[in-house]
Amino acid sequence: MSNNLRINKNNFIDQTVRISFKFNGKKLFGYKGDTLASALLANNIHLVGRSFKYHRPRGIMTCGSEEPNAIVQVGKDSSLTDPNVRATEIELYEGLEAFSQNCWPSVNFDIGAINNFLSPLLPAGFYYKTFMWPASFWEKYEFFIRHSAGLGKSPTKPDQDLYDHQYVHCDVLVIGGGISGILSAKLSAEKGLNTILIDDKSYLGGSTIYQDDDIFKINNETSNVWLKNLIEKIKKIPNLTIKNRTSVAAFHGYNYLLAKENLTDHLAFHERKEKIRQRLLKIRAKKVIIATGAIERPLIFSNNDRPGIILSSSIKKYIDYYGVKTGENISLFTNNDSAYETAISLNKSGVKVKVIIDIRENPKSPLSEKIEKAGIKILRGYTITNTDGYKRIKSIDVMKLSKDGGSVVGNKVAYKCDCLGISGGWTPMVHLFTQSGGKLKFRNNDNVFIPDENKTPSEQISVGSSNGDFELDDVINNTIKSVKIFLGLDKNDYENLNIKCSKEKQKRNIWLLPSNKPLSKIKPFLDFQNDSTAKDVKLALREGFKSIEHVKRYTTTGMGTDQGKLSNMHALGIIADTTGTNMGELGTTTFRPPYTPLTFGAIVGRNVGEFFDHTRRTAIHDWHVENKAEFENVGQWKRPWYFPKNGETMYQAVQRESKAARESAGILDASTLGKIDIQGEDASEFLNRVYTNAWSKLAIGKCRYGLMLNEDGMVYDDGVTTRLGENHYIMTTTTGGAANVLSKLEDYLQTEWPELNVYLTTVTDQYSTMSICGPNSKKIIKKIIPSLDLSDQSFPHMSFKNSKIDNVNCRIMRISFTGEHSYEINIQSNYAKDVWERCMEAGKEFNITPYGTETMHLLRAEKGFIITGQDTDGTLTPSDLQMDWIIGKKKYDFIGKRSLYRSDTIREDRKQLVGLLTDDPKEILEEGAQLVESLEKPIDMLGHVTSSYFSPNLNKSIALAVVRSGKKLKGKKLIVPMQNKNINVTITDTVFYDKENKRLNA
Amino acid sequence: MFIINCPYCGERDQTEFSCGGEAHIERPKQPTELSDDQWAEYLFMRKNIKGIQFERWNHIHGCRKWFNVVRDTSNDKIHAVYKMGERPPVK
Repeated sequence: MSNNLRINKNNFIDQTVRISFKFNGKKLFGYKGDTLASALLANNIHLVGRSFKYHRPRGIMTCGSEEPNAIVQVGKDSSLTDPNVRATEIELYEGLEAFSQNCWPSVNFDIGAINNFLSPLLPAGFYYKTFMWPASFWEKYEFFIRHSAGLGKSPTKPDQDLYDHQYVHCDVLVIGGGISGILSAKLSAEKGLNTILIDDKSYLGGSTIYQDDDIFKINNETSNVWLKNLIEKIKKIPNLTIKNRTSVAAFHGYNYLLAKENLTDHLAFHERKEKIRQRLLKIRAKKVIIATGAIERPLIFSNNDRPGIILSSSIKKYIDYYGVKTGENISLFTNNDSAYETAISLNKSGVKVKVIIDIRENPKSPLSEKIEKAGIKILRGYTITNTDGYKRIKSIDVMKLSKDGGSVVGNKVAYKCDCLGISGGWTPMVHLFTQSGGKLKFRNNDNVFIPDENKTPSEQISVGSSNGDFELDDVINNTIKSVKIFLGLDKNDYENLNIKCSKEKQKRNIWLLPSNKPLSKIKPFLDFQNDSTAKDVKLALREGFKSIEHVKRYTTTGMGTDQGKLSNMHALGIIADTTGTNMGELGTTTFRPPYTPLTFGAIVGRNVGEFFDHTRRTAIHDWHVENKAEFENVGQWKRPWYFPKNGETMYQAVQRESKAARESAGILDASTLGKIDIQGEDASEFLNRVYTNAWSKLAIGKCRYGLMLNEDGMVYDDGVTTRLGENHYIMTTTTGGAANVLSKLEDYLQTEWPELNVYLTTVTDQYSTMSICGPNSKKIIKKIIPSLDLSDQSFPHMSFKNSKIDNVNCRIMRISFTGEHSYEINIQSNYAKDVWERCMEAGKEFNITPYGTETMHLLRAEKGFIITGQDTDGTLTPSDLQMDWIIGKKKYDFIGKRSLYRSDTIREDRKQLVGLLTDDPKEILEEGAQLVESLEKPIDMLGHVTSSYFSPNLNKSIALAVVRSGKKLKGKKLIVPMQNKNINVTITDTVFYDKENKRLNA
Repeated sequence: MFIINCPYCGERDQTEFSCGGEAHIERPKQPTELSDDQWAEYLFMRKNIKGIQFERWNHIHGCRKWFNVVRDTSNDKIHAVYKMGERPPVK
């Protein structure tokens, strides 16, 4: 391919280091310092992708993060491939492989391009309008729509790369390494402030670093030379940290910023090994200086999207920085002076500029004079009405603008070209400023939104072109002035610089340029990535959308991966013009983080795999693992779910475990239940206030079940609390509720009842609990602690004894969640596994059977005991649960008491807990299934199943459910409609097994 | 992400705290004597102010103490921090 597109003039590209890479499978060469985009352009490749909707051929349009078209898939490896990467930002490295996206079979011949010819059928809101009915068809459409949409492909395997997070603190953070950022950083660091300068590129200096024309001079040096010397100086300042290849993604309140530092993406693969790929910096800065610069705007005219149409300033950068000609025959189209700088650069590099079309009528400046001296033709007061060329621009049609700019006059003249530079002025990058809470103001003379200095959050300023200064002398002088005040500086070296530059004399702006054809016949693109045109915006307005936020979403303007950095302003401008509104009143859409996309890798950092969340294991966990338990996650806990034997299914294991627990002995690791140690002289009074039942009269050594409500009267948590001493209790909570219960109790103690002398300590981890139940449980405990008197008189149900196993203190509670005679051993966690093994050994002769959460659930359901969070959902009162017996009616107050007789909670048609039996005892209901009375439409939903099991001890299916007015419906037949059958059920009592509680003392 | 000056620990990142909603809503001493409307006023009604708001915060991943914060909800600026039971700064 023609290497004559590369010129030998610059210092930025190392033409001694050749780098090979592949694009769409084809091997190509570039040089060290190139981006993928500059290397492709040097190989005369403009066409790199297809547009989102119409699959139109699209080329490289910019040279930075605002790129809408040239987004590519990088890498083939299914765990490392990176979709939607901007070719303009990828630094070339040996072995780089990139592919075009959104095209099939290839970027040169794309079947989807048929959409371009169907475009009259695909206006804004096409999907909303077309796929609305019949509503049930959406599922069928969706598959095809999703298939035809989308850009790159996500990796299909886990990411192998390493990512990191780092907290960073500094006095001053400067965002942007252009001339204003560099000056700010230098002044700040020289004052002795700990300063960080961040820039997203691999080098510093912004666009000034390659501005070598002698029209721009600082202290008699060309601006690039002057700046280069300044950069050398700041690199030596010890308290200034420079972070290149780092982009600020978000600017939150209190000067908290997130930035992504790219560490290895520019390296050859062999240099990346074991290195961190990206680091997310979490920065707290005392002060922030925003110097993020400005982005050049395109111009909006028919077919302004062809490959070869590039922003004028990008053409300049490609030639001046990368030494790459973007074409052999370039024309420029502009509404401001910056295209003239491009023309000068091209002219110096020997690239022919055929014509400059300027919509202004009399733009005289040192720049334009220099151009005319060079013999380049300038058409003043003209516009481009159309372009030609499918995969690369071939020619442009030019016509004269009318005086008011609303139409074109005269004859059309065509010019051939292979590249067109466009410049519609500049847009300050105010994203970070507004993210931080700053408000913008509109400057009418050049149509820019700039930071409002009166509505800037404290401890930050914006400087340079991100603050609306576009000319070199303004940029430098205003930056120095602002930073001096912001940092409280004395006199400095930069206050009386001799700055020479060109000043723009005339401004003219037309958001949507007129054409000789009606708008309906042309395609003036606004959002290049999402293929929305000026027509779409006008259609949205005609259809009644007024808010810019609505127009944005309806037309998808500004919703691509580039977030509309290029042409959101034009969309706003067209809306303002069409509706006759001032742009300042219209405002902008909201700028949201991240400024440029972040990888998931950078967001999660090291918090992947087992580091994603804490895993809590009981002290007996290893035994469960050795004995082949299947585990269930309960909050952060790993709990044994069931213990399958000899290839049992879960159902088989649970049936066996449940039977064994009732027939002989079962053992459960209950260590995960929350345990709160409560001490203090007001402990009894405190429990009186937090539980619904009475606690003052609970004797020392006794246990009691308690129900805890929220103030709204709804059941919140439950558990057994034991009185260990006069002023000492131990409360158990549900496994999942432990932390929240502790917080809630602390809240009441600290804020509502500071007069109570009570101390709460969590001891969940310190004590382990094993529950042994079944008719033989007593014999097993006797074997382990022979000295303990287990007679019902001395140790009745709901009581506790202090004891010792060998010399280790333990607490034995006689409490039961299964309805069986059972004991809980509580012991210091480091002895728990040993004691568990002793229980297993002692229980061997009784076939002691370890069981998990599933069997526990089944056994308690046989007894009709609730599980908060399964049978309750925060909408049930104790009365709804048929647990009126637990409400201490004589108590003056407790949390939630008053709510129990609100007009809503005393309604009789509330959903209430009931038991269910299926007519076919073998039929097991699904938890969550709906209950109805009749199948006649409209079907009235009466409630749903909350717990359901097949009880091996009753040899039938049992279930708990919440049903409207359920308390009154005992014996009533209901239907559970399922996808392929209807199950008949009868409402029963909630207690299915041992209604007389005889087994507790068996 | 703001920084909160815990009255017991000093300045800490917001991630260490949890917000407990509007401050200075005292639990009625005699709930049983309240009408449904009065109880509902305590139970459900909360202000959602754009501007200066008095809030309860808990240093949940720190000292676990509750305290009050005066925050401007429009810009997250914290104007004062004071302990439970202390008088709020002049409104």
